[in-house]
Amino acid sequence: MRIAIIDESASRASIIEEGLVQLEGSEIFVLTERRGLLARIEEIGPDVVLIDLGNPSRDVLEEYFAVSRALARPIAMFVDESDDEAIAASVDAGVSAYVVDGLASNRIRPLLDLAVRRFSAFARLQADLDEAKGKLADRETIDKAKRILMKSRGLPEPAAYAELRSKAMKANRRIVDIAEAVVTAHELIGDGQ
Amino acid sequence: MSERLTIGFLPLVDACLPILAAEHGFAAEEGLELAFVRDVSWATVLDRLLYGHSDAAHLLAPLAIATTLGRGRPPQPLAAPFVLGLNGNAITLVPDLADRVNPGGGLGDAREVGAAFAREAKARSDAGRPIRLGVVHRYSSHNYMLRYWLAGCGIRPDEDVEIVTVAPPFVADALENGEIDGSCVGEPWNSVAVDRGAGRIVLATAQIWRRGVEKVLALRASQLDERRGQIEALIRAMRKAGAHFVDPANWEANAAILSGRRYLDADPDQVLRAISDRLVLTQGTDPIHYPDFMFQHREAANFPWVSQAEWLYTQMVRWDRFAFDPEDARKAARVFRPDVYRSALIGTGDLLPGASSKVEGSLDRPTAVTAQQGAMVMEQNSFFDGRSFDPDHLQDYLAQLPG
Repeated sequence: MRIAIIDESASRASIIEEGLVQLEGSEIFVLTERRGLLARIEEIGPDVVLIDLGNPSRDVLEEYFAVSRALARPIAMFVDESDDEAIAASVDAGVSAYVVDGLASNRIRPLLDLAVRRFSAFARLQADLDEAKGKLADRETIDKAKRILMKSRGLPEPAAYAELRSKAMKANRRIVDIAEAVVTAHELIGDGQ
Repeated sequence: MSERLTIGFLPLVDACLPILAAEHGFAAEEGLELAFVRDVSWATVLDRLLYGHSDAAHLLAPLAIATTLGRGRPPQPLAAPFVLGLNGNAITLVPDLADRVNPGGGLGDAREVGAAFAREAKARSDAGRPIRLGVVHRYSSHNYMLRYWLAGCGIRPDEDVEIVTVAPPFVADALENGEIDGSCVGEPWNSVAVDRGAGRIVLATAQIWRRGVEKVLALRASQLDERRGQIEALIRAMRKAGAHFVDPANWEANAAILSGRRYLDADPDQVLRAISDRLVLTQGTDPIHYPDFMFQHREAANFPWVSQAEWLYTQMVRWDRFAFDPEDARKAARVFRPDVYRSALIGTGDLLPGASSKVEGSLDRPTAVTAQQGAMVMEQNSFFDGRSFDPDHLQDYLAQLPG
């Protein structure tokens, strides 16, 4: 089974590929370039095409499948309607699958399941990364606010932090929100010097 | 307690009405909270609608019909109770071709440009390098308007030129690097190409069909039944947004909102040109005023005329080259839901036509028509070739069109 993965994110494509190589008897092709995409697909002659939902080439690809006489068997978007649940799961995970007509459902299911798992895994990694980045940015804002309080009110560091924390608790907001307000106010008003 | 609706859209100026309904508080007045999902392909907008990521979507009208009929995938019935707008697209050609087919500059005359274009197409086809034109989707009004014009000018769209699919954001690139010689696309993507010097606008689709149906608000037919109250509230909110959208006092503010990062992420000046009907046709020149380039509000523009859906079905038969099927024609007609539009607006004082279907393209001057509510005068609504479309005679219409 020849599987083409179209994804402009090379890192996600490699995570999908890594998952799919476990499938026996399959050959994986990764396409990350938009230019020349259709020519590459024609060359590969895939049985299955996986493409991420955010890919701007989807309409171009569907049109190609609709009119192409280059592929021996027409590519149907979905195997049949009974696969609706699998398709819904893949849409949820952010991947769309095109399968050549006639490919048996029992061969596609494990492939789709794997693709969905790998897409979801990637999404989790991305979310973790975003969260880590967010935490780092929060840390920096709080440090900045602390320095402003230390300088403008002559407070030692622990007292500056305690001040932020008590304001946050009273206002029922996060410390970083209070810190952000301090930093913004400082930028607007300056420290009076 | 407000109810939430999620709406899918592609970054195009004609996604304006639901966006402005949310931004100006018209949706909130109707007890709705709108959320938006932006995508970059129609395939994904449709997938999200079919699999419940969105409740409704900004969608190409022909794609809503094709989806219902099961063209290219298993059939899934969609409903369109609201037309998001008429026209708003243009034909942009690479500058040297534009100079040859429209030497006078300005917006050309559809017949004259067509005759010159036919000569160019023949020469290029004879030389083995056919002119290649981009459209946004096989099932788009862009494809059908472009083909209607070409065929009406003696150019066979599938033999004398090549028509390929190009995603709107890549039209300027494709013109620049020679992948295509021209394109029919919505705004702001013509203006992007013009400002980069990659193309010149030669015709607006409103010159091909003065009141041509464009995007619709589409939802799953089952959702329409389940969420009827919310959909009717959304229709009322979008009508208010439309009145705001066409008021010149609001153009700049609306251009700024629509071009924001969450929506079109575009140049506000380019968006302003589309919504004020003032287009820059050639890089570095002054804008020209072409009234009703986009048509989002007057004359009950959002009313889903059954005849519009039927016209689109005839074009689907024509260009997909399948046999006319009366049952499919009925299914296609039923995608447009004037009954829902009416029940949403009855009693609001907003304009409601008396009929649900009309002969398209038959008005050459302002004409008073019967209204269920309000006083209704429809201005010119003609096709460039002078034909008209009678929805009572679909097959006769198809038979007299050039293949």
